Amino acid sequence: MTSLSMVYIILYYIAFAILLGGFLFKIWRFAKTPAPLVIVGTPGAKSGIGTAARVASDALLFRSLFRGNRWIWVGAYCFHFGLLFLIFRHLRYFVWPLPMWYSQVEQLVGVTGGIMVVIGIVWLLGRRFFHARTRYISAFSDYFVLFLLLAIAASGLLIKFRVRTDIIAVKTFMLGLARLHPQPVPADPWFLLHFSLVLALLVYFPFSKLMHAGGIFFSPTRNQIDWTRSTERRHVSPFENTKSA
Amino acid sequence: MADIATPKLDGKIRIPLMEEGATAHYHTLESSPALNEALGYPGELVDNWQEKAIEKFREVLDTNKALRVFMDICVKCGSCTDKCHYFIGTHDSRNMPVARQDLMRKVYRRYFTLGGKLFPKLVGAEDFTKEVLDEWYTYFHQCSQCRRCSVFCPYGIDTAEISMAARLIMNHIGLGSKYSNEIIGKVYNTGNNLGIPAPALQGTMEFLEEDVQEATGVDVRYPMDEKGTEVLLIPPSADFFSAPHVDSLIGYGKVFHEAGISWTVSSYASEFANFGMFVGDFHAMRKIAQRIKDVAREFGVKRIIVGECGHAWRVGHSFWNTLVGPWDFLDSRYPVPQHICEFTLDLIKRGGLKLDKSANDERIVTFHDSCNVARASSMGGYEGGQFEVPRDLIKATCNNFVEMAEDTIKESTYCCGGGGGLLTDDLMELRIQGVLPRAQALHAVMESHGVNYLALICAICKAQFSKVLPYYDIPMEVVGGIHQLVGDAIVLGGAKHEV
Repeated sequence: MTSLSMVYIILYYIAFAILLGGFLFKIWRFAKTPAPLVIVGTPGAKSGIGTAARVASDALLFRSLFRGNRWIWVGAYCFHFGLLFLIFRHLRYFVWPLPMWYSQVEQLVGVTGGIMVVIGIVWLLGRRFFHARTRYISAFSDYFVLFLLLAIAASGLLIKFRVRTDIIAVKTFMLGLARLHPQPVPADPWFLLHFSLVLALLVYFPFSKLMHAGGIFFSPTRNQIDWTRSTERRHVSPFENTKSA
Repeated sequence: MADIATPKLDGKIRIPLMEEGATAHYHTLESSPALNEALGYPGELVDNWQEKAIEKFREVLDTNKALRVFMDICVKCGSCTDKCHYFIGTHDSRNMPVARQDLMRKVYRRYFTLGGKLFPKLVGAEDFTKEVLDEWYTYFHQCSQCRRCSVFCPYGIDTAEISMAARLIMNHIGLGSKYSNEIIGKVYNTGNNLGIPAPALQGTMEFLEEDVQEATGVDVRYPMDEKGTEVLLIPPSADFFSAPHVDSLIGYGKVFHEAGISWTVSSYASEFANFGMFVGDFHAMRKIAQRIKDVAREFGVKRIIVGECGHAWRVGHSFWNTLVGPWDFLDSRYPVPQHICEFTLDLIKRGGLKLDKSANDERIVTFHDSCNVARASSMGGYEGGQFEVPRDLIKATCNNFVEMAEDTIKESTYCCGGGGGLLTDDLMELRIQGVLPRAQALHAVMESHGVNYLALICAICKAQFSKVLPYYDIPMEVVGGIHQLVGDAIVLGGAKHEV
């Protein structure tokens, strides 16, 4: 095993641990923090199923964003579903074997996803640069994460189309990591660039606004049920037994 | 009228170009030491305010899921940036909801996140300096907590929660707004926001009896502090003394008279409003709500019906059960509380009211959905009932009803510009600017359909519109309550008492 391999293997496990630990910690904190009152935005669903449908419509269709701004919605939807396609395309590096149909569609899905992600990011970056109100509310970190994602997507497309990497070696390396049986890292600089950027994203994720990925399910204005006048149930606050001043 | 320039209305709502700091000089009066201390807050800004503020901030983060989640997950997409009536009216860039939120988020990042501790500049984190505190005071008192931005946020981030938390933190370091704190103190002392003593309330109720007797020849009762009645009515105290509010109180009395149901108001709990919400203080809210529960129990009533008040309806509908529930000593057949609109509409549907719609024929009516009713509560027990119940009631009492533009009503309604503890003379300029989108939408239907009556179910909306619409050449006489319409259309003695 070369020292390059050693470095990347260690970095991978560190990055993965930070992502997993950080993400789970944040989610745990979202979940355990009590909600003093029912603050669901109304008209709110009056049943658990209705509320689940409401949250799902935001998570899957970006319904509220659609109502708020179609231009952002187009870019965001293009980007996020492209990302989903790309995750699908990368499944082969974590799980193997996969069913036959996977191999038949993965190229199409992957290329479509890659293009969607790039278009989506360029679109959203364009808004940050050229739309005055959006530019006003953007900090360095808002641009940074878009550029990071763009660099990941671009380097990915590059090793797919221009400077083709040895994907058998990549697969061996990745599956080795997943199976806790590390193999040598492919010494292709373009692959290493792509891989390094992804590791950076993993580490950055739990400390950033990317936590909206889990947070969306914990927003009380959407996930609470409007049953506050029910005689059968009562929402109890964390101040239930405290005395008022 | 103050000398404040307003744009000429043309019925169109325009998103303005940003003006940095356009309202930076707005500064609602600070609360006095005596007022603060009466609420259990420090009298004035404590010496180690920064340390205390961060301590309180941490406590709120640990006990309020909304704040905890909202601080972390905003992606700065910009969907909310054109949704706030104060941004549309003032052009101040800090009145874009996300920019307002970021005043708190930049402090959050600095003290509670790794990125903000290590690289404050890069992630937009800032020390909690006196300048930042001044920004907080200025701009968190330019949010009426109407929740319109939250509707269009992909994650439902609610600036109301953030401004409430900010005001709570500020109160805990001795920096509160005089308007809200004074009112909360008055409720503690006298039972109502206006500080009206019991004899004066009694006088009003007697005067109303005489007034209605004179106008209609019928003895309609307006009882106070009568024990053992079926209903305890909790109106906003403005209904006792302000115009046009009092016309709705007259209407409630006529409805009860026709229903043949005994009722009373209480001098101890003569206030539905609960400004504890505006300052984000759970304990103040609970203390105010507790007065109502105590009276209901003492009087032995079967049910509680509440008057036309927007934010209080939120507190009653959504919070009472948590704050001071359960209400198991009341008759479980009725929701607690029941809105007067629910009660009246139900009565009409069961044939318990005889109405002469033509009494309102000179009125062409439109309805303004109050934000706390539209986006923070419901009515009628079904999803969206808060939109239908008031409209059904209006349509049952008058022949001419017109809707304002779709994107300005129901869930998308624009605030009157005076909610959230901002209905004070020292924010007059803000209030006049904040009503702009609603004024435009109203103007449009006044021009197209000759609308001359803006029906409301909120005491703050009534007071705010009466005061600020004249700046846009809309006469204050257009403003009125739904139960004013009801009261005018009721044919007294017209229905059988078998409901």
